[in-house]
Amino acid sequence: MCIRANRNQPDDVKRRMADCAAGEDSATAKEVFKQLLENIDLAAETGLALCQDCGLAVFFVEVGQDARVEGDLNEAINEGVRQGYQEGYLRKSACDPFTRKNTGDNTPAVVHYDIVPGDKLRIAFMAKGGGAENMSRVTMLAPAEGWEGIKKFVLTRVAESRSNPCPPIIIGIGIGGTFEHSAKLAKKALLRKLDDVNPDPDLAAKEAELLGLVNALGIGPMGLGGKTTALGLKMLVSPCHIASLPLAVNIQCHSSRHEEVEL
Amino acid sequence: MATYELTAPLSDADARKLRSGDIVYLSGTIYTARDAAHKKLNDMLDAGEKLPIDLQGAVIYYVGPTPPPPGYVIGSAGPTTSYRMDSFAPRLHSLGAKGSIGKGIRNDAVKKSLKDYGAVYFGATGGAGALLSVCIKEAEVVAFPEMGPEALRRLKVERLPLLVINDSVGGELYVQPDLKAVGL
Repeated sequence: MCIRANRNQPDDVKRRMADCAAGEDSATAKEVFKQLLENIDLAAETGLALCQDCGLAVFFVEVGQDARVEGDLNEAINEGVRQGYQEGYLRKSACDPFTRKNTGDNTPAVVHYDIVPGDKLRIAFMAKGGGAENMSRVTMLAPAEGWEGIKKFVLTRVAESRSNPCPPIIIGIGIGGTFEHSAKLAKKALLRKLDDVNPDPDLAAKEAELLGLVNALGIGPMGLGGKTTALGLKMLVSPCHIASLPLAVNIQCHSSRHEEVEL
Repeated sequence: MATYELTAPLSDADARKLRSGDIVYLSGTIYTARDAAHKKLNDMLDAGEKLPIDLQGAVIYYVGPTPPPPGYVIGSAGPTTSYRMDSFAPRLHSLGAKGSIGKGIRNDAVKKSLKDYGAVYFGATGGAGALLSVCIKEAEVVAFPEMGPEALRRLKVERLPLLVINDSVGGELYVQPDLKAVGL
């Protein structure tokens, strides 16, 4: 799973890149897209990683309440990461925050569990690179700031990030819940397919509006100017405290590497 | 905007003639270093120790490659975000380094040091690590092997495709976000 994700760009991302490349007027933006698409083909052919930053290993695990897992699920996930990053010639990027000593095997993975109805085990893996993650933020807006405040915060964040997170980016936005829940929603939003449409028409309209504004910033591929600053923008929303408007913006580079399996 | 074929280490004249927007196909010898290696080099300079590399004309590539699969000299090897090296770059330029390769914006102190010492900041395409690795013909760890992917490596490169982002006369290639267009 870790190996496949790091070598193969999902089809929805490839399709969106090709569409956006065709819509660019600037020769520089077209050239960046050309290199990125060549890189995707080369990685798939050679088995080289798409990007040298093979990310921290992030998992969203949905455990059916009727599923029975024998043994230590958490350890099994970490062992999978250990083997995948070793056997796939992937870079191990996990280190101690103070000593900066590399843990050597890209563990521990960051694992989020949800209990769901049913007897299935659904595991989604994401290779989350550090450059784009560094541009992400969580804030607690005042409720009165509302949608205008949300847009302003997201646009300011993307504008300040400029070329740092490897645009064209994908933006995951978590709105509501608590401080930490908004961040989890933002990350989970990055697992949505780029071509899906939010089933809530109001949220679908908000996603389209904000994506349009982000692209109006003109930062473009690699920050060199162009129409495509973001390939997609996805929101997940949850009710929050009457005093709060939590907002998380999780920025993902164009190399949106993720895989899902259901057992 | 011109296109150049250059060889590293870079001469003072080569570095100074480059302008933002120029395309450079870089061949020759360059060094890899990112966060941890920069800190270590800085600590060595503070302690008055001799550095493990010659900085005269040096081009430093901000990259931490993936391990080479069998039959490859290096794995995927694209640029990392450069601002994290901003606090170290001016000192390296003052000691003779003529260029760095990365992605993302640099701070004013780095841009000033490019002017002061006649150096350049190159951008490589971020997230094109497999494609860029094809231009790397030899790779050897020359210092700090304990840092793993962050070790200091000497690379032999052939026609590594780069864009001049910041030049030695204050030019900048990255666009400013159009804040007015979005009402900011």
